[in-house]
Amino acid sequence: MSRLLDVNNLKVNFKTYGGEVKAVRDVSFHVDKGEVVAIVGESGSGKSVTVQTIMGLIPMPPGIIKGGSIKFQGKEILGASKRELRKVKGSKIGMIFQDPMTSLNPTMIVGKQIAEGVIAHQKLSKKEAKIKAIEMLKLVGIPNAEERYNQYPHEFSGGMRQRAMIAIALACNPELLIADEPTTALDVTIQAQVLELMKDIQKKTDTAIILITHDLGVVAETAQRVIVMYGGMMVESGTVYELFENPRHPYTWGLLNSIPDVEGPEKKKLIPIEGSPPDLFSPPKGCPFAPRCKFAMDICVEEMPGNFEIGEGHLAKCWLNDSRAPQVEHVFAREEEKAIAVGSEK
Amino acid sequence: MYIVKRFITMLVTIWVIASLTFLIMKLIPGDPFASDADVLPEEVVENMRAKYNLDEPIPVQYILYLKNLAMLDLGPSIQSETRTVNDLLADGFPASATLGIQAIVVALIFGLLLGIIAALNHNRLLDYVSMVFAIVGISVPSFILAPLLINFFAVKWGLLPVASWGTFQHSVLPTLALAVTPLAVVARFMRSSMLEVMNQNYIKTADAKGLSSFKIVVSHGIRNAILPVVSFIGPLFVALITGTFVIEKIFAIPGIGKYFVDSIFNRDYPVIMGTTVFFSTILVVTLFLIDISYRFIDPRIKLTSKGD
Repeated sequence: MSRLLDVNNLKVNFKTYGGEVKAVRDVSFHVDKGEVVAIVGESGSGKSVTVQTIMGLIPMPPGIIKGGSIKFQGKEILGASKRELRKVKGSKIGMIFQDPMTSLNPTMIVGKQIAEGVIAHQKLSKKEAKIKAIEMLKLVGIPNAEERYNQYPHEFSGGMRQRAMIAIALACNPELLIADEPTTALDVTIQAQVLELMKDIQKKTDTAIILITHDLGVVAETAQRVIVMYGGMMVESGTVYELFENPRHPYTWGLLNSIPDVEGPEKKKLIPIEGSPPDLFSPPKGCPFAPRCKFAMDICVEEMPGNFEIGEGHLAKCWLNDSRAPQVEHVFAREEEKAIAVGSEK
Repeated sequence: MYIVKRFITMLVTIWVIASLTFLIMKLIPGDPFASDADVLPEEVVENMRAKYNLDEPIPVQYILYLKNLAMLDLGPSIQSETRTVNDLLADGFPASATLGIQAIVVALIFGLLLGIIAALNHNRLLDYVSMVFAIVGISVPSFILAPLLINFFAVKWGLLPVASWGTFQHSVLPTLALAVTPLAVVARFMRSSMLEVMNQNYIKTADAKGLSSFKIVVSHGIRNAILPVVSFIGPLFVALITGTFVIEKIFAIPGIGKYFVDSIFNRDYPVIMGTTVFFSTILVVTLFLIDISYRFIDPRIKLTSKGD
């Protein structure tokens, strides 16, 4: 498999009146051709900033790139000129945003919004671009595409708008699609449809996808690899199978424990992760999760853990994986929760 | 349907304004001949009152007035014996309108440009320069600006005529003097509107498509940002084309501003009524046109009334 995107030691800060927010602190990952990589983590963990930095969408100022590199098809795009970046944006990397209600221009017909990207990158005439745009609308499952081409966003439903966004992102056959919580703002039934559509298109076109989501159910269904982010850092990464079967970071355990299970035989109580995310103005010098971690040791607060290699491509940033640490298993956590659940029922 | 309804409302509005003006004027004690009554024989004054129907009971005067108004006849001017109010307006309006239209064109073009430049350079030098200019423009009254312009452009450098009306050169200085304040207001409006729009998600979408900055600003930014500015253009337009007394006075322009102010001092009822109704008609019609033009700028607005 050939390497499509390589992000190394990315650090992004934001200047505010209160000081500098360290939004992304040392993130490294890669995406191969045709692969689906999911990034999960709570709000403020740096997921969106990471991918928006790849697309050069972070306004600077207040954003500051503190270091790192982003290579797309072997070419450095971090700090590339606007002109250079424009050749990649929209043509080789497409992006879908979280809120389809506000992500389309309300005063321009939808068809034109798809066509203008095609015109910018593929040197097509307006007529050809229109044909291409209608073709894209059909591809994303919008009926009466010719008629819909001339409609404004307010004449589309939420799900339709997200489909139109996908059409915009895919119009130039990009190698990589970045989907920043594409289903968060949609109804549950529509969520399933949109995900189905993305999976379908991924199969047809072999486009690699970076999927940002809160929903581990979605991850299990669509992604091959997962990156778990917390406090601006990658705390764990690995294949979906590894991560669900053998998670090695307490934060990942917490995430897994907070998935609702509708099919389970008994009523399962959802276990929240207590506490709140770290203050990124002055992040703790140790592990950012330590204050909320049930298994935190002295060293966790004192020193930042390194990346422990658990298996092939499976990394976890947690001291528990050190050979000197006490053995704590994810199963452990599950049993403990059971005890809590039973206790509360009495 | 909406347009017809809106049109009828417009006529009703004009009628209400006309009636209120009539009523308020009649509430003021005295009449145009009050000062003449001491000097002239009583019979003469009586005769004059009769000529202008001032001896009739007020309801009759009102009906007569509305009748004439419906036929677009604004009546004779009391002060100048030979001319009607229609004549006065026909005389003064072209100059006022020319000046006003030029001023609004200048104010819009440069105001919008300044606002856009300021917004795109948010918190940088160009932004500060534009906004300082805008604040100065708003704070300096036209009667200070006008003599300054005359002093430099006409007297010291001799580039343009000092005053009077006739050629295009004559209109340059008054246009500038008149345009600066609305220009500054438009600039500030456009800046804040543009700043808001450029932070919208759809701008990010456009950016992610790989469009050039120019394209993003022109086809996604400006069209959305201009909407709030349009609503404010209507009243501004009317204020400028219906003549501004101060500027017309300073530059000795034969516009309608002068007639309007004079008519109040002279208690020249038909002229007060005529100019007021004329101004308000223009205002109401402009607002009507602006409402319709929204349809073309903002597709989300449909021209239907609630029940439809």
